[in-house]
Amino acid sequence: MRKKARFPGIYLGIILALMYVPILLVIIYSFNESRINSVWSGFSLRWYRDLFRDKDMLEALINSLVLATVSSLSAAVIGTLAAVGMPRVKLRGKSVVEYISTLPIMIPEIILGMVFLVYFSLIRLPFGMITLTVAHTSFCIPYIYMLVKARLVGIDKSYAEAAKDLGANEWNVFWDITLPLILPAIASGVLLSFAMSLDDVVISVFVTGVNTNTLPIRIYTQLKTGVTPKVNALSTLMFAATLLIIMLSTWFGRKTTLSVKRRNT
Amino acid sequence: MDDTVILQLSQIHKSFGDVKVLDGIDLSVRKGEFITLLGPSGCGKTTTLRIIAGLERPDSGRVFIAGKDVTNEEPNRRNVNTVFQNYALFPHMTVEANIGYSLRLKRVDKETIKKTVSQALELVQLSGYEKRMPDELSGGQKQRVAIARAIVNQPAVLLLDEPLGALDLQLRRQMQVELKRLRARLGVTFVYITHDQEEALNMSDRIAVMRNGKFEQIGTPSDVYDRPKTSYVARFVGSANIVEGTVLESDGQRIAFRSQGAVCLVAARGARLSPGEAVRVAVRSEMVDLTPYASPELPYSGLDAAGGNPGDSQVGLQAVVKEKNFAGGVLQITVSLADGSELVASRHGIDSPLVPGDKVRVTWQPERAVLVDLEETP
Repeated sequence: MRKKARFPGIYLGIILALMYVPILLVIIYSFNESRINSVWSGFSLRWYRDLFRDKDMLEALINSLVLATVSSLSAAVIGTLAAVGMPRVKLRGKSVVEYISTLPIMIPEIILGMVFLVYFSLIRLPFGMITLTVAHTSFCIPYIYMLVKARLVGIDKSYAEAAKDLGANEWNVFWDITLPLILPAIASGVLLSFAMSLDDVVISVFVTGVNTNTLPIRIYTQLKTGVTPKVNALSTLMFAATLLIIMLSTWFGRKTTLSVKRRNT
Repeated sequence: MDDTVILQLSQIHKSFGDVKVLDGIDLSVRKGEFITLLGPSGCGKTTTLRIIAGLERPDSGRVFIAGKDVTNEEPNRRNVNTVFQNYALFPHMTVEANIGYSLRLKRVDKETIKKTVSQALELVQLSGYEKRMPDELSGGQKQRVAIARAIVNQPAVLLLDEPLGALDLQLRRQMQVELKRLRARLGVTFVYITHDQEEALNMSDRIAVMRNGKFEQIGTPSDVYDRPKTSYVARFVGSANIVEGTVLESDGQRIAFRSQGAVCLVAARGARLSPGEAVRVAVRSEMVDLTPYASPELPYSGLDAAGGNPGDSQVGLQAVVKEKNFAGGVLQITVSLADGSELVASRHGIDSPLVPGDKVRVTWQPERAVLVDLEETP
């Protein structure tokens, strides 16, 4: 037993040392009074205060939140429609279309960013929030599509048949049966997309306008001008927010798998 | 078309890919009738039901409900409702919302829905379960809710697809009784699917025995049980013994035939067969008499005499007792015949003086045996 237990211990140690100690340090130092990251000189909320006084930073935060909300919701609508509609389409190249729809997940972000840049300048779309939204929506769609599609597979088709038998038309079936049953998957997908959009740098750098900053871009550019512990404070806040979102997302996810499991027994 | 015919299928054909599932189904069901489609899995009974419900389209043939051709109507435009095999209760809706769903679609006002739902629940003895979720119900309760959901709309025909299949034996028996009562109260036409012959015999006004996408025989339970037309029906409904032989002679009332070196008798029931023709006879196990074979050293003597005189008592197949099984309140004695095939005789009671290895003579009352496969006997 003891021997067996050693490996997980080592593994856990490495994970903690590599991933969570740095995060912990950032969180601790966000409350540090000193300007120098490596010296602890006392507890202070100074950097949080500075952060909230930094208008550029706040504007970038608001941009990011708006962008994440709009693009994850747009992706939810498009991805859900695709997942629900695709099985009904009788098209020869259907599998190709399905493959292409999930491709953005696999293409390196830097290439996606390049492609968006070239395309948007080609169709002369002004760079700024609009281009950002379009780009973010595009790379969020596959997440929603795949989650909803997986959920749909788990739904017994006799529900739809029973509904039709009781007098429902296709529209009723979608609103009364299908949508409520895939809602947990959509919610889970929206939260995932939201998080993906919120921390995207690479694609955003390519498609953003001169006067539009998202939070990740703002932090990234600050690296060049010198990082103040303000960034620690911001990181701590974002970490907390992300943690919250992930917790919500797994909670929805668990609800989904639980109800699927229950149905299967 | 007859006024009282509520459902009619005419020449329904259906294939899935290369597999022919229904091969010319004709059926008419009278108003208020309880008809059962009986057959093994894969015989096409569920497909027939789905075609009636509109969940499947026939390749050819027509479906009439209350005299109206609904072959190309969507399921929501047909006045039939289905109780699905796996219940298919909407998991995200309460019992009340499930049952009231069809009424809600019809835009019935909320108060009426509430009242109708509670009446339906009362009918299936689940009063007070309105707010439960399907997950919180037992199999039997789900079944009742599924039935309530299907009848609340007052369909012209209620379709039930093996509704009791997932329940245990005791509950199944209880639900059979309840379904019969329910039908009596509602007067709705039932089209019922099962592979359980006992269920079919117990509940139906008529039984349609299906085989390979065709109806083998349609008739009342006693038609199907006592006067099976084919050996398939005889075997499937009540697992009868089938004895094959060649006609020796007939006196108009009875037919004597030779089987495995012995002579057997069967009531003619109007069948005209001439000597030499091959026959198949179905005999139910409870009709089979076994008498100890006093002198096993007399293989053929007396059989020719019996052949010449159908009234002679010296008829009967020779057999050896193979095993005894006690099941379902009856003792089943399996005997093996001269050609190695088996035959089952059943007795009430737990045991019989016969023991494996005993030689016996197998006989039956001629009027208890039925000629089967008359048209297709080779």
